[in-house]
Amino acid sequence: MSEIASTAPSGLIQAPARAPAGYWSGVFKRLKRDRLTLICAGILLVMLIMILAAPLIAPHSPYQGSMIRRLKPIGFPGYPLGTDELGRDMVTRLIYGGRLSWLLGITPVVMAFVIGGLLGIIAGFAGGWLGMLIMRVTDVFYAFPSVLLAVAISGALGAGIFNAILSLTLVFIPPIIRVAETVTTSVRVLDYVESARASGASVFTIVRVHVLPNVLGPIFVYATNLISVAMILASGLSFLGLGTKPPEAEWGLMLNTLRTAIYNQPLVAMLPGLCIFVTSICFNLVSDGLRGAMDVRS
Amino acid sequence: MLITILRRILYALPIALAVSLFCFALVHIAPGDPINAILPPDAPADVVDAVRKTYGLDKPLPVQFGIWLWKVLQGDLGKSLATGRDIWPDLSGALQNTLTLALAAAMIGFPIGIVLGSLAGAFRGTWIDRACVGTAVAGVSVPHYWLGMVMVVIFSVTLNWLPSMGASQDGSGGWSLDWEHLQHLVLPAITLSVIPMGIVTRTLRGIIGEILGQDFITTLRGKGLRRPGVVVHVIKNAAPQALSVMGLQLGYLMGGSILVETVFAWPGTGLLLNNAIFQRDIPVLQSTILVLAMFFVALNLAVDMAQSLIDPRMRRA
Repeated sequence: MSEIASTAPSGLIQAPARAPAGYWSGVFKRLKRDRLTLICAGILLVMLIMILAAPLIAPHSPYQGSMIRRLKPIGFPGYPLGTDELGRDMVTRLIYGGRLSWLLGITPVVMAFVIGGLLGIIAGFAGGWLGMLIMRVTDVFYAFPSVLLAVAISGALGAGIFNAILSLTLVFIPPIIRVAETVTTSVRVLDYVESARASGASVFTIVRVHVLPNVLGPIFVYATNLISVAMILASGLSFLGLGTKPPEAEWGLMLNTLRTAIYNQPLVAMLPGLCIFVTSICFNLVSDGLRGAMDVRS
Repeated sequence: MLITILRRILYALPIALAVSLFCFALVHIAPGDPINAILPPDAPADVVDAVRKTYGLDKPLPVQFGIWLWKVLQGDLGKSLATGRDIWPDLSGALQNTLTLALAAAMIGFPIGIVLGSLAGAFRGTWIDRACVGTAVAGVSVPHYWLGMVMVVIFSVTLNWLPSMGASQDGSGGWSLDWEHLQHLVLPAITLSVIPMGIVTRTLRGIIGEILGQDFITTLRGKGLRRPGVVVHVIKNAAPQALSVMGLQLGYLMGGSILVETVFAWPGTGLLLNNAIFQRDIPVLQSTILVLAMFFVALNLAVDMAQSLIDPRMRRA
């Protein structure tokens, strides 16, 4: 115990350009003791394996329904979680639905992490008119509540998976730019960057060796935090009919089509939303755990 | 002080202009000729030409933007494709309903968030803290459209206590303060309040925790100031940041209620947007987004000004 306490902070106080091995082993040690984060990460991992292996483990076809076994309750023989309004197996639909929900939730954040991180680091490191331009355009997107921006763009572009991902990417780029710019600006003025510049290092080298290793962590932690919101928003777009289209299985869309069933089979109708909730809360807690373990101040 | 206010307004103007440019562009990022967004696809050619002229779609884009903006500034948002009526009367009615819902949600979510956040900040590391933070995380992680459905299942379908649809019994759009309308407001308002509740809790926990750790609190305690006296100092220091977060949350409530309004068929801007999306009624979509975004810009400005009124340090920024 005392060894952990003595090594971890010293690695942080020095804050050298390239993080020493001590930093990451400290992060992992802290994560290992964080039971809540580990449980959530475990749940997410199981979910990921299930949706990747969907064709292998799903008991039925996600599209093949039957008029005679519509809206069966939870625990119906052969259909442990019941059937939906077209008689399709809920277990199968939920596993397959996870594929699109995860894709729609995570892809925009990954793309926004790359694009927003790049633009933010440029704005923070270059400063001047270029930084000013990037930040002022970012301000404009901040004038829209995120749900409204996503609905506006995908509403104008029309329904579809690609349009939903595009609009959500645009929603998440501005906040990531802001975080990346703030972190980069704070690193740029540190002494070791100054001394690297004085010793004749090129801009490219300074960014690669001194800036990137120190800013990517905080930006990454912030981006993981956005996944939770992204899952809710992505499924929300599908819920509004703006994401995926029937008969595709997606949690938000399933929740929407099952709305008519809340009088007959309320428990079955609630299942897709429960999946969104569990995924979203797990991503949220894992992100919080990462933030704590990596000692990133928000 | 006057200069601060003027500077804030001057800074908000280009943002407002850029926001309107974005909304103008919505018609043009819609797939196909923008004329298709205005006319049905089977319109005769001479009608297409006439409409193209009246809408100024034959002119270059910057000129079109100028004309559109000029009309908007005079309160002319154009006509709905679906109904053929002027957009503004319908939109203003929907705005009132959305504002009612947002204010009700704020009145539920903010006080709970303030209490939970203050408790969590004051009792950091205890089970109280964990319970409050847990509630907050659940609040920001729950898909609120699903929570709405759960509420309907529990309170409308099973218990039959509260209505699940619309703003009133007869389905009329208006809203007034009476028992029937209040009953219809309860479920959507609670559903919408969980996100601001969670965010206000998290923010206040951070603010209060930080203030309590500062030297001047130790000094005040050392001087022998009793608990109520310390609390006054904490509130004074926490208020500016807390108010700004709540102001922004009110804006998010206005713009973010589309999903909840869809679940409860609440006759506000969200339902208007939802119908516009389904009928590909781009002018209505554009106008609603524009008005909501402008409201958000104005709210941001108001929050900024209120903050510099309360907190002298902000005036220099």
